[in-house]
Amino acid sequence: MIVPLLKGLAFTLGRFFSRPITIQYPEQKVPPAKRWRGIQYFEKDEKGQLKCVACGLCMAVCPSQCISIVTAENEQGRRYPLTYELDALRCIFCGYCEEACPVNAIFVGKNYEWVARERAPFLMNTEKLLDQKKYNP
Amino acid sequence: MQVLYLLIEAIVKCVVVFACLMLSVAYLTWLERKVLGHIQIRFGPNRCGPFGLLQPFSDGIKAFFKEDLVPGKADKAVFVLSPMIAIISAIALFAVIPFGNEFKIPGTDWVVKLRIADVDIGLLYIFGVASLGEFGIVLGGWSSGNKYGLTGSLRAAAQMISYEVALGITIIGVIILSQSLRLTDIINQQAGGFWNWNIWYQPVAFILYIICGLAEINRTPFDMPESESELACGFNIEYSSMKFALFFMAEYAHMITMGAVAVTLFWGGWQAPLPQLDFIPGIVWFCGKLFIFCFFFIWQRGTFPRLRYDQIMKFGWKILFPLALINLLITALVVSLKG
Repeated sequence: MIVPLLKGLAFTLGRFFSRPITIQYPEQKVPPAKRWRGIQYFEKDEKGQLKCVACGLCMAVCPSQCISIVTAENEQGRRYPLTYELDALRCIFCGYCEEACPVNAIFVGKNYEWVARERAPFLMNTEKLLDQKKYNP
Repeated sequence: MQVLYLLIEAIVKCVVVFACLMLSVAYLTWLERKVLGHIQIRFGPNRCGPFGLLQPFSDGIKAFFKEDLVPGKADKAVFVLSPMIAIISAIALFAVIPFGNEFKIPGTDWVVKLRIADVDIGLLYIFGVASLGEFGIVLGGWSSGNKYGLTGSLRAAAQMISYEVALGITIIGVIILSQSLRLTDIINQQAGGFWNWNIWYQPVAFILYIICGLAEINRTPFDMPESESELACGFNIEYSSMKFALFFMAEYAHMITMGAVAVTLFWGGWQAPLPQLDFIPGIVWFCGKLFIFCFFFIWQRGTFPRLRYDQIMKFGWKILFPLALINLLITALVVSLKG
């Protein structure tokens, strides 16, 4: 009767002197999984221009219809998005926009820390999507 | 003038002991959470100050500013009184514990004894006041007008009766050996090295004392009155704010006192384990030994699961009580045969 009790005590004492496995979240972070789909970001081409040609495929494929694009054309006849809106509160992070994009302009990223007190910051536009690039080296 | 000096000495000792006791209660809660955390391979509190050292104060401030509720169906006078009974008895216990040898204040011939009161019936006083503390728990659960509280206090009452019997009989073995109820005498008899400690003469009594003591202070293998999983915290379910904190402090103060009594009775109090180590002041040895006991109380809490109510009753009456009786009889027989 006594031996199992002592065994238990020895076990917990061993645990007491072992290193805690806790990850202290705000200071230490777990890297997201390889196929993690987080917040989208925009890529630029080698000339530093926005890659997006505003073809509207992402808008068409998006199941939750959170993307809306207004298309424009510049002097060289190249199409670009005059406004590109991505309502991240409606986005279900399915990644279809990345799959559909013919010019590899939009990607789903790794960033998952996204907190705001209002709805407005969750309405992404071109600048914010480009800004998200910094979380996805 | 002499009386005035005595009065000042007594007041200073009371204040210092009270402050130290409250501080160690605060840090015992911190230690418990830390040790339990590391047993469960996590950190425990580490956000509030370095190593979470300010956590007890943050908890205290939080408890102080919480809303103080008294249930409508509660017996108000008893409801308010019972946390006070619990904390007063837990603190009053420390009045007779000798926590160090006497020392001379340098430059004068004034000798300070490191104990508040040196009572002839110290051990009797401890057991009287310790069982008074249980009334705080019993009355608290009963007066809150809650079925869980009532069940908890009923269990507390039953547990108190069955374990106090075994505890008392266990202690008689030590009293037979030392022929005194005065704690200083018991400690002085254990002087001169760890081989003189009572634990070697009364090993069964020591183990029984630890088990019964755990039941007496309602710690985990025996925490029937506040079994979280069945009674949703039991006797203190209706308590909030500072009243709850008082119960909490009483529990931890009781734990320290149980450890201190165990040190006094079985581990030689403030005596050094080796005669060569006598130059280290006795209070250091006392605190060190007390820390070992407190650590053990926490450590076993992280190890053992709670017993069922009928198991506790069976264990108390069918195992501990006969063992204590046999231990008492054998001790008495040996002592009387040796003359």
